[in-house]
Amino acid sequence: MLHIKCPYCGMRSQNEFAYGGDANVKRPELNKEVTDKEWDTFVYFRKSPRGKHLELWHHISGCRQWFKVQRDTLTHEIYKTAEIKEDI
Amino acid sequence: MQKYSVFSLIKNAFKGHKDWQVAWKDPTPKDEYDVIIIGGGGHGLATAYYLAKEHNITNVAIVEKGWIGGGNVGRNTTILRSNYMHDENGLFYEKGMDLWRSMSQDLNFNVMYSPRGIINLAHSDAQMNAYSRRGNSMRLNGIDAVLLGREEVKKLVPVLDFSQNVRFPIFGALMQPSGGTARHDAVAWGYARQADSMGVDIIQNCEVNGFDVVNGKIKGIKTSKGNIKTKKVGLCVAGSTSILAEMLNMTLPIETHLLQACVSEPIKPILDQVVTFGAGHFYCSQSDKGEMVMGGDLDGYNSYAQRGNFPTLQHVLTEGIAMFPFLSKLKMLRTWGGIMDMSMDGSPIIDKTHIEGLYLNCGWCYGGFKATPASGWVFAHTIAQDRVHELNAGFNLNRFSTGHLIDEKGLGTKTWIS
Repeated sequence: MLHIKCPYCGMRSQNEFAYGGDANVKRPELNKEVTDKEWDTFVYFRKSPRGKHLELWHHISGCRQWFKVQRDTLTHEIYKTAEIKEDI
Repeated sequence: MQKYSVFSLIKNAFKGHKDWQVAWKDPTPKDEYDVIIIGGGGHGLATAYYLAKEHNITNVAIVEKGWIGGGNVGRNTTILRSNYMHDENGLFYEKGMDLWRSMSQDLNFNVMYSPRGIINLAHSDAQMNAYSRRGNSMRLNGIDAVLLGREEVKKLVPVLDFSQNVRFPIFGALMQPSGGTARHDAVAWGYARQADSMGVDIIQNCEVNGFDVVNGKIKGIKTSKGNIKTKKVGLCVAGSTSILAEMLNMTLPIETHLLQACVSEPIKPILDQVVTFGAGHFYCSQSDKGEMVMGGDLDGYNSYAQRGNFPTLQHVLTEGIAMFPFLSKLKMLRTWGGIMDMSMDGSPIIDKTHIEGLYLNCGWCYGGFKATPASGWVFAHTIAQDRVHELNAGFNLNRFSTGHLIDEKGLGTKTWIS
């Protein structure tokens, strides 16, 4: 069982959260010329690292806020969580 | 190579089983090979076997980080099927079904192929319509499919919960009678033994640390047992694909996720087919030893851990108990996890890459076992001829850019998140 510290509610069990994937993915800017390659990369292509991974989680059965988690994909250790506007 | 048969068994029994040959050797790597396959799982072993058998390329090495068959080919729930709607999937997996039918004879190794039928339960009228459509698509591709009503399902699988008060009543099912199971370890061992006998070097405990790429061409690989030269490399490393891709400066449309499976304590025969839940993600069959073999959802976040967490297991077994109430009385014997190369449309990638001599076989999601023979067969063709076979032409890497996705479930990107 993962224990995830929501930046707003504190430590809660994994059951309350939904996973949102890689937090490094950036949507191409609005109203700008976007190449097919940039769009594919945004929609489909992921680094999927073994080790430290910065990812989004959603406290869906709690405060319903999105936030960032730095987690190890090999050991499942969670190093840090932060509000979405913060840098990790 | 010694042939396995009832006579050789009897003969060796009288000699105290002292004269059995080793099933595959433990060679030190040569300086150079015509083809190197990275990954000694089902797909890698099958690829090497078909390279030797179909294309006469025997100067081949399989390089495996751990031991052969220690990854997903030894961790799956052994289900075989080709009940897909789209042509690319249906025809490809049906080629696999053809190879499964003759595998024990081909490999001279009993893979305990058991075409016991797979039953996908439907829990609404809409789902019956969807299954009827899928069944018709399958039949157009020459795959057997039968739409079953509630009473027919009841006759085949009386232990399902047919009471009136259930949340997801059983309306019927789509059945593929030729679907079934095979013994997964035997598949790995059978392919390994035959490949070895034809001259393939199976190099275990040998981790790949890097690639030698010059001017966009593969020249060799760097391993924990030294550098090995080659002009062709095939990647068959499932959940570890992204790690090797990073060494090649490639980013792929896959993420590595964790899938768990479990078996109960053994009980007397109660379930003759493979049965899947239609209102969630749960599948179940009974092994020859009597264990109920069960699996379901991914844990739901990127992971290379090969071991899972409890909440997902609890969720999956809750679905199981909704289907088969008797499961709640059973003790769990084992649970385990494996890491899955989840592609973004739920279909595999078997293709050449922008690097000359580098071939990619990945994106199997949680359905790679049934594809083992077909995957090896088309991948061997792709490597040997340096062009894709028509059966894997649709499984190209380019489809994520061109929009020709093979989105079996119609869910769009990340089909595994539902």
